[in-house]
Amino acid sequence: MQPISTFNSRTVVLPYTNIDTDQIIPARFLTTTTKEGLGKQAFADWRYDASGAPKPDFVLNRPEAAGCSILVAGRNFGCGSSREHAPWALLDCGFRAVVSTEIADIFRSNSLKNGLLPIVVDEQTHAWLLAHPGAALTVDLQASTLTLPDGTAVEFPIEAFARYCLLNGIDELGFLLQQAEAIARYEQTHA
Amino acid sequence: MKPKTLFEKVWEQHEVVPETADAPAVLYIDLHLIHEVTTPQAFAQLRAQGLRVRRPDRTLATLDHSTPTDPAEVFGRVPIKVESAARQVREMEKNCREFGIDLFGLGSEQRGIVHVIGPELGATQPGKTIVCGDSHTATHGAFGALAFGIGTTEVGHVLATQCLLQRRPKTLAIEVSGRLRDAVTAKDLILAIIGRIGVSGGTSHVIEYRGSAIEALSMDERMTVCNMSIEGGARAGMIAPDATTFAYLEGRPFAPRGDAWERALERWRSLRSDDGARYDRVVEIDASRLEPMITYGTNPGMVVPITAPVPDHPSDAVHAKSLAYMGLKGGEQLLGKPVQVVFVGSCTNARLSDLEQAASVLRGRKVANGVRMLVVPGSQQVKREAEARGLAQVFTDAGAEWRESGCSMCIGMNGDIVAKGQYAVSTSNRNFEGRQGPGARTLLASPLTAAAAAVAGRVSDPREFIG
Repeated sequence: MQPISTFNSRTVVLPYTNIDTDQIIPARFLTTTTKEGLGKQAFADWRYDASGAPKPDFVLNRPEAAGCSILVAGRNFGCGSSREHAPWALLDCGFRAVVSTEIADIFRSNSLKNGLLPIVVDEQTHAWLLAHPGAALTVDLQASTLTLPDGTAVEFPIEAFARYCLLNGIDELGFLLQQAEAIARYEQTHA
Repeated sequence: MKPKTLFEKVWEQHEVVPETADAPAVLYIDLHLIHEVTTPQAFAQLRAQGLRVRRPDRTLATLDHSTPTDPAEVFGRVPIKVESAARQVREMEKNCREFGIDLFGLGSEQRGIVHVIGPELGATQPGKTIVCGDSHTATHGAFGALAFGIGTTEVGHVLATQCLLQRRPKTLAIEVSGRLRDAVTAKDLILAIIGRIGVSGGTSHVIEYRGSAIEALSMDERMTVCNMSIEGGARAGMIAPDATTFAYLEGRPFAPRGDAWERALERWRSLRSDDGARYDRVVEIDASRLEPMITYGTNPGMVVPITAPVPDHPSDAVHAKSLAYMGLKGGEQLLGKPVQVVFVGSCTNARLSDLEQAASVLRGRKVANGVRMLVVPGSQQVKREAEARGLAQVFTDAGAEWRESGCSMCIGMNGDIVAKGQYAVSTSNRNFEGRQGPGARTLLASPLTAAAAAVAGRVSDPREFIG
């Protein structure tokens, strides 16, 4: 995984609460056996009509969405199914961060393991972001801040170990494999 | 000694390395359930890194999500229609062979929905840590296990190390007093709980369901309750094991026997929250006041008693979007609404007692004209038992389709789908947009309410069909 430090982007806004992972990537696309290429199916049922043509008014189909890597969404983003295909699809769409007031547990965990930053902000910041689609923001993982266009830096919480792994491009599996002795000891005493 | 909750006891018994400010706990996993949809990329990762599966003996594999339920496809008389699903099945067979994992494959008598077969085989036991690449893993918490859904990267972690890196979650006690009334089921109880706490009310918490109404539930019913914990945002839901739990497990294929059974019982009896144990949050519910519940919107928290009208929130744009998808108006009655599909199945409600409930309504009656009813047992064992007890005959006599086990119409990725615009009363767990097929409109309810809708061809109060 590539280390993450700082990046700038304009935002795309999906103002709905409780966007579930079935919306992010519908189940019928989960019969794949790889992680690649899911971006074109992200939000498929909101993005395309029955014939498969893009719906011009859906925010991800609009020209101003091109190149945006920060998705701002309503409260409780990523609820529902544990499918890791959801962050895979968003990353494949070019997103690197999701911002909301609340992000569902399994989606958050899956996102951190793939380098998609789940950023939880306060209600006031969130309300401003929802009202200003296309705002130019800076994400600084080292400082754990989201900087608004007026220069205000909003701190966001992020689990310390996940942050360390993301900053250094470290795979968590490597850390777990280093625990082999402790695991073997546990297995011997808890047979 | 500080009093502990059930969750704290199970968690602390599985800490290989406790958490610190800098690092999460290394948590040992006793049982890893795997299926065809969320594992291929994890096996690919193991292969790429030259790793083996650390404990194939602690890994239980089945095929359920993308597999067909049509007998001809299941038993190979005709090819699996969804080609990508057929590939996924072959990939699972290959991965299990290569990594030395026993697979309950398509022809296996033990195959079924992963959350039905774990308990049924007795692999699910009190005090275990159980994970699966599926959010409904919370089901197993009904036995006093700590069970939660994980992503595919974590599936790889467990395959390679039998451990996960986890931060300790908070605890939420849901105290359910009183007793459920006739025709009010465990499904109605969990829908009412989700309606109360909201779809994110349990986020970052493990729920413990407690109280007289919970203690009175059978294991099948407890599984229905724990199953939908994730629909309230909680990764895990637990119920302390008791005599009901032990009676269910005794004699099951993977349950301990003889002296080992006695030792297990002694250990399991300690798995109760101590008097005075503290939870981060407590919610109280009176079961005696609950009615049959039904959802009207596009998440499981959008739920009302079946006699109530669809809530009206004219100024809420998200509510309006949801109702527009559902083709419903605020203030409208759900009772009497015509339905086109009825689905009895899923890891929530496809155990024998669920099928018995549905059959109790259908016996001697017919599925209404214009309604398609699909009954999909949770496992091949449930299927055999339902056939032996004459339940399958009740369903087919009524005009319902009787299938092989699998996730089926809960998830719309295996060929069983609800068509665009159709209303489906479904015993499954999610009414998200498109969950049962693009444009499908799902009304979640109990097996009794589903069967009542099938007979009437409309949303109906199950209390009119029983007794």
